Amino acid sequence: MKFFEDIPVGEAAMLGSHVFTAAAIAAFAARFEPRLLRLDHDAPLPASGWQVACVWMRRLVDHRRNEDAERRARGQPVATLGPSPGFRDLQWPAPVYPGDTVTYRNEVIDKRVSLSRPRWGLLMSRNSGHNQRGELVLSFVSSAFVQRRPDGA
Amino acid sequence: MHRLAWEDFVVGSVTELGTLCISRDDIVEFAAEFDPQPMHLDDAAAAASMLGGLAASGWHTCCLMMRLLGDGLLRDANVLRVPGVEDVRWRAPVRPGETLTARATVLETWPAPGHADRGFVKLRLELTDARATRLMTMTMSPLLARAVT
Repeated sequence: MKFFEDIPVGEAAMLGSHVFTAAAIAAFAARFEPRLLRLDHDAPLPASGWQVACVWMRRLVDHRRNEDAERRARGQPVATLGPSPGFRDLQWPAPVYPGDTVTYRNEVIDKRVSLSRPRWGLLMSRNSGHNQRGELVLSFVSSAFVQRRPDGA
Repeated sequence: MHRLAWEDFVVGSVTELGTLCISRDDIVEFAAEFDPQPMHLDDAAAAASMLGGLAASGWHTCCLMMRLLGDGLLRDANVLRVPGVEDVRWRAPVRPGETLTARATVLETWPAPGHADRGFVKLRLELTDARATRLMTMTMSPLLARAVT
């Protein structure tokens, strides 16, 4: 990704889509939310909201990896994405059912230099997922450390 | 057996949710699927990162917290919905071999506006290690059914 200083607030990226299968939904629930498996059996088991969020993370990492490869191919410097201190305001407005396709998006909404780690900045983003009917299924605000431009770069 | 309803959650009450151990294999397996950043997969890359060594993905620790919350409290409650999560703070790295303990504190309860049969319970969730270091905190407000009268 770009260095902290070069990322404009407002920059948005589509992170790609993921199809949620019944098998993957059941496997995730068995591992992390088994109480969901005991709910109403007449309806198809919806995905754990955490699975919908974890798939966002996978899509983000893949997107950054592709972005970095493109930058290297153009001879451009690549910044390090650091850990995240956390996130806030996460909502699951609608369930994700087997067979649904969720398309994920990331939009930078704010940034500030880190006071405690001056070689890093903090990037805040609004992240979202929509299903194939255009319904919002995931929304949250993430923060992450991004490497600042090294001196002289 | 009695299933917990909204009225059963008292502000200030603390529930110990249980303990589990996270292995290196757990960390790498989860990261390979959901968060394949080098700091969650490779010792050398992780040592060079801000985490200072291999550590679990924050999303993995959220999932483990949900497992402990489900098994330790929500499984026996009439949960209608978990609309979302107000905040999560990943405060310290979660290392391979760590023993994780979770606890839930009821911060607030309120009836659902416009619905006489349900209410929200705001929970403060905390994950600590064997030295009682706070690894992660989470605030969420599940929607529960009120007791049938």
